[in-house]
Amino acid sequence: MPAASLTSVRSFVAAPAPARPAISVEGRRAFAFNGVEKRFGDKIVLDGIDLDVPAGQFVAVIGKSGCGKSTLLRLLAGLDRPTSGSLTLGAEEAGHSRTRFMFQEPRLLPWASVVKNVEVGLTGIAAGQDARQRALDILGEVGLADRADEWPSVLSGGQKQRVALARALVGQPQILALDEPLGALDALTRIEMQQLLERIWLAQKFTAVLVTHDVAEAVALADRVVVISAGRIALDLEVPAARPRRRGSAELARLEGTILDRLFG
Amino acid sequence: MSFSARLHANAIGWVLPVLVIAGWEAASRAGVVPANVLPAPSAVAEAFWRLTLSGELIRNIAVSTARALAGFAIGGSIGFALGLANGLSRLSRGLTDTTLQMIRNIPHLALIPLVILWFGIDEEAKLFLVALGVFFPTYVNTLLGIQSVDPQLVEMGRVYGMDRRALFFRVILPGALPAIFVGLRYALGIMWLTLIVAESISASSGLGYMAMQAREFLLIDVVVLSILIYALLGKLADSLARLLERLSLGWHPAFQNG
Repeated sequence: MPAASLTSVRSFVAAPAPARPAISVEGRRAFAFNGVEKRFGDKIVLDGIDLDVPAGQFVAVIGKSGCGKSTLLRLLAGLDRPTSGSLTLGAEEAGHSRTRFMFQEPRLLPWASVVKNVEVGLTGIAAGQDARQRALDILGEVGLADRADEWPSVLSGGQKQRVALARALVGQPQILALDEPLGALDALTRIEMQQLLERIWLAQKFTAVLVTHDVAEAVALADRVVVISAGRIALDLEVPAARPRRRGSAELARLEGTILDRLFG
Repeated sequence: MSFSARLHANAIGWVLPVLVIAGWEAASRAGVVPANVLPAPSAVAEAFWRLTLSGELIRNIAVSTARALAGFAIGGSIGFALGLANGLSRLSRGLTDTTLQMIRNIPHLALIPLVILWFGIDEEAKLFLVALGVFFPTYVNTLLGIQSVDPQLVEMGRVYGMDRRALFFRVILPGALPAIFVGLRYALGIMWLTLIVAESISASSGLGYMAMQAREFLLIDVVVLSILIYALLGKLADSLARLLERLSLGWHPAFQNG
């Protein structure tokens, strides 16, 4: 699929109401990058990425800063378009085939209550009482049901990021793209958030793509770790460890070592 | 803050004006301040009562308020609309901003001779001056407010599928509101200032006219009364703006304890 037709896939994804045939029917594949290249001017950020991700997989993307990992995520979420190559999204049942993006910062609307912020995730999907009820339900899942009517400014950093997670999940996305969403949190809050994320992912079975620079986080959460270096995939590693995973186990430490060797080797 | 505590905080603001008036009354009675320089507050109160009974005061306040609000509505809505247009559209900003910035640097009261030549001392002259005075603070602050909306929030809105309308009403306008309120309060101050100058120079009714008439007949108590009424009306307008601000900016940390 040429880059230009990406828009049509996107618009189909974003507005499922008019029933048009899906452009690519790939069964249980969530998405695939085929020879994707991205340049900004003369600078090549992504240089031929091939990545096939089945639906429901938890993929972690790791790399040093500036390696192109965030660009990969922005392409996936439709925030940018590839210079060449193509991105294929799997066909899913109408109304649920959405990619949601969770940013590094919470990006909550300061003038909207917590529950109204979560309802932003239902834009074009639900409105009114239905939207409020769904937002309250998901707030319960992230443990903030009692804060629904407060302003975001009174929440802590971790709580704000949990609201952002609720906002991303309330529309029941097929793919959740996470751009280092835990990077700014303190170590303990971070582990709490990782466990929350894993629990909700296990329950809802969406495809998760987590960009991170924390190797321990990647091996603790992901089914598969992709290391990007200089715009190419340098390592594509399965993490076979059973869940729930025990942090600091020998198995995870060995995988962590392999990844760090590749990053700095 | 509780209601009684807020009342208390507001009461503190009135202590100084009350003390000043009491001191002034005492000085007048003791003969320190001659009545032909500054009449005693009791004399001003008498003038207030006299003019209220004759209906003159109410009529003039009504005329001035109507002028102020009409000019404010015209200048404010044009300023707001242009601020929005130039904040949202690069083309519109490119076309008009340079011109507006040049006009902004002319003191609008310097146009009074020209305005009198154009409109005489009719209503249009006052409306024109007030509208022009109110226009710039509204325009500049609306534009500033829209330009300072966090682009990360705008991107978030787009990613979550907001259309242009939703993006404007749920992200851009609320984000610009604090700056728009700064413009509103500033514009209200300019509104009274302009109106009073304009009425003092060219009018046949209104508070400014009443003060100038009183000067002609050496009614210094009426002159002082007019000045006090300006102060009260200005304070009233500012309080209304602050109330609106508090009602619509409840989310802002600066308003959460006040």
